[in-house]
Amino acid sequence: MSDPFSTAFSMIVSGDPAFMEIIGLSLRVTLSAVLIACLIGLPLGAGLALARFPGRSITIIVFNALMGLPPVVAGLVVYLLLSRSGPMGSLALLFTPTAMIIAQSILILPIVISLTRSVVEDLWGEYREQLRSLGASRLRAVPTLLWDGRVSLLTGVLAGFGRASAEVGAVLIVGGNIAGHTRTMTTAITLETSRGELGLAVALGIVLLTLTLGLNAMVWFAGQWARERLG
Amino acid sequence: MGQTHRKRAHISPANWSGRMVCRTISPPRCSLHLRLAFGIAMLVAPPFATQAATQEFITVASTTSTENSGLFRHILPLFEHETGITVRIVAQGTGQALETGRRGDVDVVFVHARTQEDAFVAAGYGVARFDVMYNDFVIVGPAGDPAGLAGIDDAAAAMAAIAQAEAPFASRGDDSGTHAAEMRLWAAAGIEPEGRWYLSTGSGMGATLNMAVQVPAYALTDRGTWLSFRNRGSLELLFEGDSMLHNPYGIILVDPARHPHIKAGQGQTFIDWLISSAGQEAIAGYRIDGEQLFFPNAE
Repeated sequence: MSDPFSTAFSMIVSGDPAFMEIIGLSLRVTLSAVLIACLIGLPLGAGLALARFPGRSITIIVFNALMGLPPVVAGLVVYLLLSRSGPMGSLALLFTPTAMIIAQSILILPIVISLTRSVVEDLWGEYREQLRSLGASRLRAVPTLLWDGRVSLLTGVLAGFGRASAEVGAVLIVGGNIAGHTRTMTTAITLETSRGELGLAVALGIVLLTLTLGLNAMVWFAGQWARERLG
Repeated sequence: MGQTHRKRAHISPANWSGRMVCRTISPPRCSLHLRLAFGIAMLVAPPFATQAATQEFITVASTTSTENSGLFRHILPLFEHETGITVRIVAQGTGQALETGRRGDVDVVFVHARTQEDAFVAAGYGVARFDVMYNDFVIVGPAGDPAGLAGIDDAAAAMAAIAQAEAPFASRGDDSGTHAAEMRLWAAAGIEPEGRWYLSTGSGMGATLNMAVQVPAYALTDRGTWLSFRNRGSLELLFEGDSMLHNPYGIILVDPARHPHIKAGQGQTFIDWLISSAGQEAIAGYRIDGEQLFFPNAE
């Protein structure tokens, strides 16, 4: 087994197009899933925090529980939905990056919803009187509360990103790990492990962690910069 | 965005500065967000864009053994160069690959379990089965050979010796072609494998070999995967050469009569190429360390 660190380093500097394609696809799939989950989950989570309706507790419990949804189960459900013999078969989405984005969005959505609900509920408890006195209805308060809780929410979004980028069960089932089409960092690691290329598999793992680290650092420093400049 | 500012400003007109509620509406920070959002949108847009631009392709369900052996990386570029058709390989166990075909999720299946293949065609899921190539299974195991396979020349007897010695044996246990071959051998030996020595991994060929290395255990593997496997540890090839270890691969076009969206034309082009002299030569030309992995046998 060759030294995985030097292998990882030479993979990054070599800029091999096939390898870059895998990195690019991983990032695009995961970031798309995070974006979709946020577009749906932030308003839904905030709504869940502020709205009062029968079955609200059950809904909250269900979304909390879904944070533990096994990726392979999410993958299987999306597979059965998108399969040609399934209800959405005519869309021809199985074994495409879009199918992977759908599966990962489903995986992250409960995290975004539950964390948003928790953050917004706390803020609402804190600022309810103040917002009410300013004439803000619950609905009008949503954007304000979301913005005010942005730091806590960002941590939730990063947790979602982490879950998606580290996940292999769902993307393997709905993407099929097709070379040059649906092969991501995690499915490539699985493949190299099964070929007994353990050094290469570890090297890919190092690259994936480095990417995740870099992205988290970017978010962190962008936050710092924004705070300093726009305080 | 600008509209949102005015809206929020409306919430707290008397409170422009100081309080946290109002800080939210200072315009520069929003424009930063706008820029960030735009950046993310640029980053995530491509998967949708590239999808619209895909050229001709077919999807083929094949086995982990052919994918892991590296065969496709050798032959597919030749086919794609000749025809302009991209082949997308989904590597699964034979049982799963046939199920994917039955559901109509792939255009072609390329697998190695003759009985299941014939049943697939007979049930009307496939058009016809064609011989493509073969290799053979081998039994690998710990270098010390605790079950003593060295002096045995019959595959069923070799399996019986492993069971007799209760030497650890790692089985695929996943309804794959290799697993089917293993079960045929146990049946021929008149043995129902069970006990602490029999490890059903339920995973692919490579994962099973990785486990066999660690235990260490015996395992039945196709020669192609074994030759390309890079983590052999103390495992060695201990038994080979019985006719029962013959491992033929067949290719089948999924029946467009059952699944109208199947790309029958391009799928058949791929099959025709594989069994043509060009395809057969490409298969024969794939070697690892000078050793040929698959032997073409199309009629």
